[in-house]
Amino acid sequence: MKIVKIIALILVVVFVGIQFMPTERNKSDIVPPTDFMLVNDVPSDIKNKLQISCYDCHSNNTQYPWYNKVQPIAWFLEGHIKEGKAELNFNEWDSLSSRRKASKLRSIIKQIESGEMPMASYTLIHKKATFSEEETQKVVKYMENLKDSL
Amino acid sequence: MKNFKMSIAAMLLLVVSFTNAQEKKKMNHNHATMKMDHSKAMNMKSDAKAEAILNDYLSLKDALVADDTKKAAIEGAKLAASLKEFDESSYTSEEQKELRDIIEDAKEHAEHISKSEIDHQREHFKALSKNIMDMESITGTTSALYEQFCPMYNGGSSWLSSSDQVRNPYYGSKMSKCGKVKRVIN
Repeated sequence: MKIVKIIALILVVVFVGIQFMPTERNKSDIVPPTDFMLVNDVPSDIKNKLQISCYDCHSNNTQYPWYNKVQPIAWFLEGHIKEGKAELNFNEWDSLSSRRKASKLRSIIKQIESGEMPMASYTLIHKKATFSEEETQKVVKYMENLKDSL
Repeated sequence: MKNFKMSIAAMLLLVVSFTNAQEKKKMNHNHATMKMDHSKAMNMKSDAKAEAILNDYLSLKDALVADDTKKAAIEGAKLAASLKEFDESSYTSEEQKELRDIIEDAKEHAEHISKSEIDHQREHFKALSKNIMDMESITGTTSALYEQFCPMYNGGSSWLSSSDQVRNPYYGSKMSKCGKVKRVIN
């Protein structure tokens, strides 16, 4: 019993301790001129959908949930955002070549169609990020047209 | 009390696993930069590197023909590595720009192939094939090479083969002979 108490104490100390470790924040007020929405003529409903469902992890500016400062959740979030931005950053869209854009659009279409994106761990908390069937069709169609126009 | 202990234990596990995951990421990253430095140090003729890419691509194609997901994943990773080794410095600046673009795109597809299931691998293989063909049109090759075409897969899809016999990488054993030689490259 004594050992259990000691271990419990250590754990509490560790948990409190890690709260002081810094995490990078994905925050920026600047929307660069290369942004997807700025260089493409995106209808407002699609714009809205992309902003809510994609931009948290695929742009330079995340709308953080209230619990984002609690470790180790913050690390978990930061890891996802980093990975997401490396794959696709809507803010930097126009810096891509046509070849790269076509590849990215192909992935966007496939992943929205298959429901792979937005990720389940994300939509679990961000209910609004979920794609309805109608929204999926609309966005996919838009992306397909964009791909064909490259 | 028991619940409390359990939740604390769970929390610790979480912390440990997250820290581990971060470490691993760092290691991977270092590895990648090391490789890049290595390629800079080796100042070999770029043609040989293009041939290496082509060879890896053809091995990947064979794995897909054989419906072998695991092998295709391994070949995809190999191809990604040889793409990283590519050195475009001996080409004209316009070609360099084009090649960098091709290589970057191809690398991404190869990386995805290294960690996907067969259907996904084949989708990426289509885009990858286009990249490798575009690369070859700049770098050229000394090996025998054919462009083959299957009208059925995904609105019509091409691939490269070292033989004029058609073995379809998009359908594998399901329709291995579907397609035709579209162009004799070399």
